[in-house]
Amino acid sequence: MSVWFVPRDAAARSMGADAVADALEARGETVVRNGSRGMLWMEPLVERADERHGPRVGWRNVTAAAVEAGLPDAQSAHYVGAVEAIEYLARQNRWIYERVGVTDPLDPEDFVAHGGLAGLKNALAMSADAVVQAVTDSGLRGRGGAGFPAGIKWRTVADQAPQPHAGESQAAARHKYICVNADEGDSGTFADRMLMEGDPFCLLEGMAIAAHAVGADRGLVYLRSEYPDAIATLQAAIWIAREQGWLGEGILGSELSFDVEIRVGAGSYVCGEETAMLESLEGRRGMVRAKPPLPAIKGLFGTPTVINNVLTIASVPSILARGAEAYAALGQNRSLGTQVFQLAGNIAQGGIVETAFGITARELVEDFGGGTRSGRPLRAVQIGGPLGAYLSADKLDVAMEYEALIAAGGMIGHGGVVLFDDTVNMAEQARFAMDFCVEESCGKCTPCRIGAVRGVETIDKIRAGKDVAANTELLRDLCDVMTQGSLCAMGGLTPNPVLSALNQFPEDFESPVIATG
Amino acid sequence: MSSARYPTWHAETAEALIAPIVAAEAGPVLLCLQAVQSHFGYVPSDAVGLIAEACNVSRADVHGVFTFYADLRDAPPPAVPVRLCAAEACQAVGGRQLKADWTALCQSDTALAGLTGIDEPIFCLGNCALGPAALVDGELLGCADVARLQDAVARASVSGEGV
Repeated sequence: MSVWFVPRDAAARSMGADAVADALEARGETVVRNGSRGMLWMEPLVERADERHGPRVGWRNVTAAAVEAGLPDAQSAHYVGAVEAIEYLARQNRWIYERVGVTDPLDPEDFVAHGGLAGLKNALAMSADAVVQAVTDSGLRGRGGAGFPAGIKWRTVADQAPQPHAGESQAAARHKYICVNADEGDSGTFADRMLMEGDPFCLLEGMAIAAHAVGADRGLVYLRSEYPDAIATLQAAIWIAREQGWLGEGILGSELSFDVEIRVGAGSYVCGEETAMLESLEGRRGMVRAKPPLPAIKGLFGTPTVINNVLTIASVPSILARGAEAYAALGQNRSLGTQVFQLAGNIAQGGIVETAFGITARELVEDFGGGTRSGRPLRAVQIGGPLGAYLSADKLDVAMEYEALIAAGGMIGHGGVVLFDDTVNMAEQARFAMDFCVEESCGKCTPCRIGAVRGVETIDKIRAGKDVAANTELLRDLCDVMTQGSLCAMGGLTPNPVLSALNQFPEDFESPVIATG
Repeated sequence: MSSARYPTWHAETAEALIAPIVAAEAGPVLLCLQAVQSHFGYVPSDAVGLIAEACNVSRADVHGVFTFYADLRDAPPPAVPVRLCAAEACQAVGGRQLKADWTALCQSDTALAGLTGIDEPIFCLGNCALGPAALVDGELLGCADVARLQDAVARASVSGEGV
């Protein structure tokens, strides 16, 4: 009996997937709500298989009306043939996203049948020390943007004794935390969201492995409120995982006891900064903390804390399942393994591309992305979120890896790639970068709090044609102060988009225009 | 509609919501504020004092947390809140123009404006390959335009009346 697959991912739902699923069910079909394959321009991408785990064929941009008009029809303009043979998908190397789009995200049997728990079982058969070593050997680095080696962070936490919560007696000294940063606030990034909606058990498995490796008893996922579907799916997954014995006391019959809860954010971008996130998790204003002490030594409630991005933790199960060596064989230089790139903005074929580090921005933008959605010439690409640099369209031969992007004046950030066509005004984008910093600065340090306000004013003066040379120099000076003097990446990296726009697109700052909000 | 969707402020109910959080959590203030808002739709000023007392911190501490977070509101939400993504990926596909068009429509249609409130910009809904993105009463829209926004508002208004 044939089975239909209609994604439950928020992006697919935003294009009408629920109505499509309803229409199929109304026809008496068996419908599985899978994650999204990540070919988002095709959503809703509906698939059909002759049996539950059989090969699938698909139809793109399906509407309820198309279902009523008689899908399946291999002659239909919607028909895309065998889904896994689509070049966009076939050219990827999926480790983290292995199951996303394939399985029902909340079906534990489906998860295990497609390789779930293999990493955790291997880890539990190893000493904690050996697990830390495997993560170190894999070369895995933080996917939140900073790129700190995960193994070194884990080693630091593993070496600490458990601590009581601040204010509790030493007798309560039993805590270490795994805090997952799911505050994916960067525009142009959605890989954390799609993983949590498409394979939430993978994240929980990674957290359990981390807990075993460092001796943690509790896990928290700090998940932004803008992602209601991810919150609901992950919460359901936590309940199921407890029933399955994948979380809680004696995980999979081992000595490991570890449980996970979600903490929902409250609309603050800066809370994606790890120390601001800790403050928020402790119930306070999301004000950045000075380091040291490192969170690995004195983190949440004063206890040793692993803070990793969703993709970092979600990389771990496949590393433990397939081996650190196989992982480290991918990528190049000091950027090993796979990265989940996200193609966004004015793009014809936007979505998820998981592949080894080292692919060029041009391959992502042109081969995968198919250029702009508008069909107009590409003008600029912003890589790495609101704090990442803009690259002009002729600079896209840069390799997508940590160090090469830094050398090119950019940063990989969380792997988001946002395209802009030739209608963009780069002075307006520079102004937005400063204005965003005004909105989202925590206010703790002066260069960020005041500098961003002055930055907006100065860009407005330049755009209005007032003392352009002097104000441009002032803007550069201000950017220097923010870069050198800010406490965290919010103020420290806001100059990236501003200066990259100014340096590569000076003509946009020249013509006097009326500033817009 | 949201006036019917959320109960009116009731201090004893709020205390009952807060008490288990304070008992169980090490850093309860933000969780208490979120619990009050999800129940009543906003955080009335009376709740600030109540939370301060329950958590044994000053009213100023609670007020400081309350004012830091963009999500927390001091007045009930509009019946069908419409929020347009104001971040870069949506700017790249006409997000600014959509905002201008929507604002103009709301200015000429006071009934619509009363229903949806003034758009408070939201920075990224994670739908960056299918922008412009918008959130209409909790429903995520991709490739949003004025017509799709109006349809979504109409859907939400109808389902709200049924509540």
